[in-house]
Amino acid sequence: MEPKPITSLPPDRRDFITKAAAIAIGGAIAVVPPLAGLAVFVDPLRRKSEAGSAVLVATLGAIPENGEPRKFPVLATKVDAWNRTPHVPVGAVYLQRLKDNHIRAFNVVCPHAGCFVDFRPTKGHYHCPCHDSSFSLDGQILDPKSPSPRGLDDLPVEIRQGSEVWVTFQNFRAGVHEKIPV
Amino acid sequence: MKPALDWLDQRTGYKKLLHETLFENVPGGARWRYVWGSTLAFCFTIQVITGLALWLAYSPSSQTAWESVYFIQHEMWGGWFLRGLHHFTAQAMTVLLVIHLMQVVIDGAYKAPRELNFWSGIVLLLLTLGLSLTGYLLPWDQKGFWATKVATNIAAITPFIGPALQKVVVGGNDYGHHTLTRFFALHAGFIPGAIIAFIGVHIYLFRRHGITPKEPRRRPDAAFWPDQVLRDAVACLAVLLVVLFLIFRFHGAELGAPADPSEQFSAARPEWYFLFLFELLKYFPGGTEIWGAIVIPGVLMGILAAMPFVGNWKLGHRFNVTFLWAMLVGIGALTFLALKADRGNPDYHAAVLAAERDAHRAVLLAQSPEGIPPTGAVTLLRQDAFTQGPKLFAKNCASCHRYDGHDGVGGQPKDAPSAADLKGFASREWLTGLLDPEKITTPHYFGGSKLQGGKMAKFVKNDVVAFSAEAKTDLAKALTALSAEARLKTQHAADQRDASLIQSGTKALIGTTLGCMDCHKFHDSGEELGSAPDLTGYGSREWLIDFIHNPEHPRFYGSRNDRMPAFGEEKQLTTQEIGLITDWLRGEWYEPKKL
Repeated sequence: MEPKPITSLPPDRRDFITKAAAIAIGGAIAVVPPLAGLAVFVDPLRRKSEAGSAVLVATLGAIPENGEPRKFPVLATKVDAWNRTPHVPVGAVYLQRLKDNHIRAFNVVCPHAGCFVDFRPTKGHYHCPCHDSSFSLDGQILDPKSPSPRGLDDLPVEIRQGSEVWVTFQNFRAGVHEKIPV
Repeated sequence: MKPALDWLDQRTGYKKLLHETLFENVPGGARWRYVWGSTLAFCFTIQVITGLALWLAYSPSSQTAWESVYFIQHEMWGGWFLRGLHHFTAQAMTVLLVIHLMQVVIDGAYKAPRELNFWSGIVLLLLTLGLSLTGYLLPWDQKGFWATKVATNIAAITPFIGPALQKVVVGGNDYGHHTLTRFFALHAGFIPGAIIAFIGVHIYLFRRHGITPKEPRRRPDAAFWPDQVLRDAVACLAVLLVVLFLIFRFHGAELGAPADPSEQFSAARPEWYFLFLFELLKYFPGGTEIWGAIVIPGVLMGILAAMPFVGNWKLGHRFNVTFLWAMLVGIGALTFLALKADRGNPDYHAAVLAAERDAHRAVLLAQSPEGIPPTGAVTLLRQDAFTQGPKLFAKNCASCHRYDGHDGVGGQPKDAPSAADLKGFASREWLTGLLDPEKITTPHYFGGSKLQGGKMAKFVKNDVVAFSAEAKTDLAKALTALSAEARLKTQHAADQRDASLIQSGTKALIGTTLGCMDCHKFHDSGEELGSAPDLTGYGSREWLIDFIHNPEHPRFYGSRNDRMPAFGEEKQLTTQEIGLITDWLRGEWYEPKKL
């Protein structure tokens, strides 16, 4: 039993309204579901970057006196979509003692692609284990062949009550020359 | 049977469809070189089925992704095999895609009128790579987390749309729940959906234009069934056997330690078939990365897509084949360079070993009676003395102390040791060495610190050395008693066995022969606190925690403390961190019961 061929009438100008209505209604109903989905899809775009806030990272005594940088975790409230978890590691910083008890702080994230850099005590410089960028103690790019577009990101440091080291922690966009907070 | 089939055919027309499927003409007869498309369809089917099965047990969120994959891998019936099948079939698929592409280019199957089919194939290639990239993150282990983080950071340098693209894919500014929900939706919904649609187009176009026969034709034309079907089936079987071999060889797919955004992972590498891109990035100094990450791969894909047009020129086909070979050799060379660089890099090896140790440990802890807390498995490792102890020791203690001659994690600090080696601290062996006139002023004990000129060192070097044989026996007993104060897990059996020895040792310790109580205090005996460290509970958890908290306390060294900071008092370490170091030094960490 073959299906009967559909016999369609030749198009007629008088059908214009029918066609226009079919296209309009068909188009309209086809648009709603993807638009609804699109809204959620692009929702992350409206999540603005949070300005860094000062965090107590260490005490002066914990930073080596010989000027060698030491890594410290940054504990703060981590916001992950619906979860807010207080006092968990949100990142890490290298702290280094300079003259007159000044402290220098670098975000450990490599500005190239986001790996954590290592401080190599034997060589006295920072090195990224992913694509071999290297940085001198002051954070500048050491080997000009380094793929990192900028030096390590320094962070503002404040000494409170004589010995507390507070760092304004912030992450920055990777892969660009400018330091753009994220 | 026949009437029933006829009834079905009248309503569906299946016979015609089946005939078209099976009796498609194969010009020149069946050949092995035509099997690759079928093996890919077979692999994709495996991925859909195993993927759906994994979906039954997978939970995408940063507190449950690793945990659910761990449960699949280690707790569920055949879970390791299911994951292994999914993982290694994905690897096989990448290899087969390249072979299929080579066969199509070499045989000239991309030429008119098959351009659209060729392009749909390239789209399928890219979509499959997209599946690999998204799937790598889903277990939320250290390796997948860090490698994918690099990948999305690189995507962000795409001109104009980069940062927005990154935000939309990552689901916000940073990795978290929404990164997983999005990657999972891409991996299990969007991309497979697109692949199914493109496979439909691909097969429809393939059937419309037929196989591109390899000239010269060896045999007369034949139908797809049964000769080519048999060859296809054998090829699929071979692929399956290779995959099965890999599953059993590696006991399924690897699962690293749970992702920890604050924990360094120096062994972050993409899947092996993306290593060439990873290596390529090393050659573009700051700011020119876009060439390695986007421009060059883009141009290569562009030339690939232009093959149907290039092929129209006189030497076009030869160019296309040469180009493809050159590209594959280049990719192979870059992959080799990446592997070679890692092979010769001791830091990388150390990072891989540390990663394996953490991964193993995470599973042990997850299987412990406490299990995984609702905060996720990452807390297990963060609170584990075996994992954190060595790291904290290396960072905070190893500038002066050593542990078995190293810094706790196997490295050597820049400066020579200037305080005691704490491996086996307070054990009988360690104390015996301390009271040995030959050893006390070596760097293993007091040699590097100002204690080498202190009363204890003088006592050992001047008095102990002159002890009578009887006094020496008493000293040995006293040290056994002192060591028992530590209640070390490693000495538990010995301490129980030697209860009477410890009792007489205690008498010797507080007796006048040895003279310990001239300076020290031990429970109710001896001097007031302040002249020497209190031996009550010496080396016990509580004693050690208090000591690290503040060694200048009168109970310990008081004002005679050398350089050791008051880690707790000065807030250099938290109470939890001091506890982790203490537990690690004392050998107190979770070990599964041996069966």
